[in-house]
Amino acid sequence: MRGDARSMRVLAPRTPAEASRALAADPRALALAGGTDVMVSWNMGLLNGRTVVDLSRLPWRRVRETKAGLELGALCTHADLRRHPDVRARFPLLAEACATVGAAQIQNRGTLGGNLANASPAGDTFPPLAAYEAIVRCVGPTGRREVPLAAFFTGVKRTLLAPGELIESVLLPAPPRPWTRSLFRKVGTRAAQAISKTVFAGLLRVEKGAVADVRLAFGSLAPTVRRLKAAEEFLRGRRLDAEAAARAADLLGLDVSPIDDVRSTREYRLAASRGLLIRFLKGD
Amino acid sequence: MAAMASVGTSALRREGPEKLTGRALYLDDLDVPGAWHGVTVRAGVPRGRIKSVSFDPSFPWKECVVVTAKDIPGKNVVTLIEPDQPLLADGEVRHREEPILLIAHPDRAKAYEARSRVTVEYEPLPPVLSLEDSLSVKEKIFKDDNVFKSFLIEKGDLKGGFALADFVVEGEYRVPHQEQAYIENNAMAAWEKDGVLTVTGSLQCPYYVVKALKVLLGRDESKVRVIQTVTGGGFGGKEEYPSMIAGHAALLALKAKRPVKIVYDRHEDMAATTKRHPAVVRHRTGLTKDGRLVAQDVDVVMDGGAYATLSAVVLSRGTLHATGPYECPNVRVRARAVATNTPPNGAFRGFGAPQTLFAAELHWERISRALGLDALTLRRRNLYREGSVTATGQVLRESIGASECLDLVVKRSDYEKKRKDYDLWNADPAKPTWRGIGLSVCHHGAGFTGSGEVYLASRAAVALTRDGRILVLAASTEIGQGTNTIFAQMAADALGVPSDWVEVETPDTHKVPDSGPTVASRTTMVVGGLVRRAALELKAALDAEGGRVPKTRADLKKSAAALCGREPLRRFEVRYEKPPEIVWDEGTYRGDAYGVYSYAAFAADLEIDRATGEVRVRKATTAQDIGRAVNPRLAEGQIIGGCAQGLGWALLEEPVYKDGVMANAQLTNYVIPTSLDAPPFDVTIVERPYSRGPFGAKGVGELPMDVPAPAVAAAVRHATGRLIATIPQTPERILAALAGPEDA
Amino acid sequence: MIKLRVNGKPRMFRGAPFKRLLDVLREDFRLTGAKEGCGEGECGACTVLLDGEPVNACLIPVCQAAGRRVETVEALGTPEKLSKLQASFLERGGAQCGICTPGMLVAARAHLASGGRPDDASVREALAGNLCRCTGYQHIVESVLAAAKGAKKPAKAKRPRA
Repeated sequence: MRGDARSMRVLAPRTPAEASRALAADPRALALAGGTDVMVSWNMGLLNGRTVVDLSRLPWRRVRETKAGLELGALCTHADLRRHPDVRARFPLLAEACATVGAAQIQNRGTLGGNLANASPAGDTFPPLAAYEAIVRCVGPTGRREVPLAAFFTGVKRTLLAPGELIESVLLPAPPRPWTRSLFRKVGTRAAQAISKTVFAGLLRVEKGAVADVRLAFGSLAPTVRRLKAAEEFLRGRRLDAEAAARAADLLGLDVSPIDDVRSTREYRLAASRGLLIRFLKGD
Repeated sequence: MAAMASVGTSALRREGPEKLTGRALYLDDLDVPGAWHGVTVRAGVPRGRIKSVSFDPSFPWKECVVVTAKDIPGKNVVTLIEPDQPLLADGEVRHREEPILLIAHPDRAKAYEARSRVTVEYEPLPPVLSLEDSLSVKEKIFKDDNVFKSFLIEKGDLKGGFALADFVVEGEYRVPHQEQAYIENNAMAAWEKDGVLTVTGSLQCPYYVVKALKVLLGRDESKVRVIQTVTGGGFGGKEEYPSMIAGHAALLALKAKRPVKIVYDRHEDMAATTKRHPAVVRHRTGLTKDGRLVAQDVDVVMDGGAYATLSAVVLSRGTLHATGPYECPNVRVRARAVATNTPPNGAFRGFGAPQTLFAAELHWERISRALGLDALTLRRRNLYREGSVTATGQVLRESIGASECLDLVVKRSDYEKKRKDYDLWNADPAKPTWRGIGLSVCHHGAGFTGSGEVYLASRAAVALTRDGRILVLAASTEIGQGTNTIFAQMAADALGVPSDWVEVETPDTHKVPDSGPTVASRTTMVVGGLVRRAALELKAALDAEGGRVPKTRADLKKSAAALCGREPLRRFEVRYEKPPEIVWDEGTYRGDAYGVYSYAAFAADLEIDRATGEVRVRKATTAQDIGRAVNPRLAEGQIIGGCAQGLGWALLEEPVYKDGVMANAQLTNYVIPTSLDAPPFDVTIVERPYSRGPFGAKGVGELPMDVPAPAVAAAVRHATGRLIATIPQTPERILAALAGPEDA
Repeated sequence: MIKLRVNGKPRMFRGAPFKRLLDVLREDFRLTGAKEGCGEGECGACTVLLDGEPVNACLIPVCQAAGRRVETVEALGTPEKLSKLQASFLERGGAQCGICTPGMLVAARAHLASGGRPDDASVREALAGNLCRCTGYQHIVESVLAAAKGAKKPAKAKRPRA
């Protein structure tokens, strides 16, 4: 442990406005939710001397039914979401993803909002959120705004959150009709407590023998989570057979750009992702 | 009547209650009053000459103690085999994690802060970062050829053997480093009191540390005391490096004139301390068409890292196991350990044998393909049996359970049926997975190689105190494997008393004799044998005194008082004696390489996702001949735990080296198996007693590490039709192999 | 000053609020059962229960534990009087070197106490955040399952806050 606790200043705002002000006032201040990322860096001695704004007292750990869908408070932990009956019933891919984040200890602390703000390319909940076309509700010094997930991430560990701006909740819009099939699949470095090499969420609705709607999202294949726009476009309106699945999978490279790192290779990430995609589209 | 025998029962772990309640104190748990925290400034370059060391003047250095090589009162060397590794670099740096200087500060965070305020400048030298570069001698970094050590074993007439061969099969196999990944990082504390320098910490070999400190501090052995704390796993990783850390803590404590604690964090422990040696092994094998071995030519190269450390003995064990447990009339094994500018590699459970056995065992898959005979039949045709002669000319006389283990595993894993069932499964394109089952059989020599035990001349004692306490005195450490428990069991049975009458003394070099290191699967067989003999001497003395073994504690107290007279205790110490039939010639590497071998067979039954190449081990079946299980539950724990480490090496674990240092030195990116990765294990303990082992026992510690990797690779080949001649057999390697041609 | 409840007793901590819960337990309260194995929430050796749920104490500044319940291995039993779970570990070889054991025990306890299923797969999932390098996990899983056998099933599974 190389962090120096005495060098840290901790603020514990009771209201979102106080929190925003504190963060806006000090651009180097750290927002702390569940701590599962911040504390790792702190333990390495990388954050000594900083001000920490502890968000855990804010009233953002609720799941609420709204007219538009389900609203998940930013401080909901992964454990909260994986257990929540409404999340499980209506957005099962998100519940499944939450169950693969770290293990119990991390799921009990890590929060939905913290995960989004951290913006790791390998965030396991991001492909389901992208597939469900989640909307990120942000609140900051200039007020509230709603940002589609697709626009929220701007790069590796980067988001469009402005100084002092916080994630308040995530809105999952209710789908117009039920999906024909859906799949969440994480390929990690091992069976559990693993970081993704590739992580997939797919939603498909077939009507009258043809693809009416399809949403395909991958994590760990690009600086941010990616929807496969080319493959989705190709599939829409098409009859799903083995050939269509293979041709859609051939378009994978147009929307992702994986890299080699200590956990895997570009080649593998592409091959495994292609395999998962074909399996999902063929419904095996 | 004597007490009920304890040996052969699963007596409860002695120190279990303390470990289960948080009461067991590991080094970091110890409250050492007034202790400062020590940190290590490391090189940061793979090779170079130190030009200057500078200290940021804005930091309050007055608060710290700084130690450099100049503060070493004795010789600047970590004594082991060769005196080549300095405790603190002085002039030249040979790997990135080499210690340069030490800092102690009352506050841990401040000590780290101080470390970041030191700048070392180098004149860079071109580094040698791979085994291949070392062999090519582009740069000389050790003598003229970069070779730390080489061995040659010859048996029969190799050329003549190949002339008799109907088939000659060649193959090259590679294994990577492996990190021990004990969950307790290295940790040590030191202080001086009344002229005695005491070091305590997490370690396997207390007397190795004493010997190193003696030379380093230039003081008499009586002025150095080493005490083992409760140790959170070792697996070889705390065999040699603790001598380095102990030296660092000692120097800081002496200079600071107060206790100093050094507790590594995970990153430092992974990056700086020893790993398993990576190896490249080439086989050229001659066989008759009915599958009998007629010639084995094996070439072994291991990467020793920047200093010789234990490479010579790791290589020796690798060389001696390189043929696998098979008899062949004509053999040559050539082996070299070479230098690279990477942190020194060292001891890790198996100690060279898992490397060469991976090659020897997986080679049967290639032979099987060439001959059109299945690997099971081939093994059965050549396996060691009574009267077999090994590559060093050793005649195997007793306790040879190789065939029995193999037969048990074949039966219990349903190997032959599954081979066929899985062929059908794999032929069906609708299945989402491929399935495979693969085998291995290995031997593992127990105790030190050849004359090693003679040189060690280990000692152990049993003492009886005047108030009736029976103490086992040995330097063998409890590192999770059950030393405390089995020593008590063996001493109790030798004495004919209940095992809870026996206490096992903490390894403290001012209390226990030098029993040699806790390594080489020697604790039960060799040191346990000494404990038993010492206990028998005590029994003889009790018999002479009272004419019988005490039946009650009260009896024991009476006998003890009589036996001790005015002395506080009577101590019965014995020394290792070489069984006369063991003959070894160090010069020619001929003779009885080990007193006896343990044997194991393993079947890996696994499934591979066709889309992603992910491997799931469905079941692991193993049978292991360990002579006698002194404590079956603990022995099974060793077997399952060792096999799990072997499965980790086979499937997951790979230190990634970049510019001479481990780039994934964190538990997040160096992945070891979790509870969901480990398969269910079916374990059978085979007991073919060894006449020289205490109660018939042989070694069990390392054997389980040898068997999983080759069995996994064989199973992957069964599943995919691709032989992948390296590990870990990751999804990356599997999908890459599948993109290539089928090899069967 | 930070008030929290540790192993059933009210405790006060005066010191840096960003000090890790792990260090407060170990250094200030001298409860050294929870261990630091990695400092990155990967090994689970520092697992304690926070309001009954397993968490990594190396990732929690003590200010976030204010007013909450913390349980460590020290609350489970003593060497003289082991809990059923601890006794089961002792009988079945669930502890070897012992360094992961405190974390393993509290994670297992949380699983069983929250109504987690006492079957092999569920126990393995519940313990997946606790690395063990000695046992290969089998004796640990057997220990937990044996302790759970006969243990009363909690009336109701714990519900999420919603």
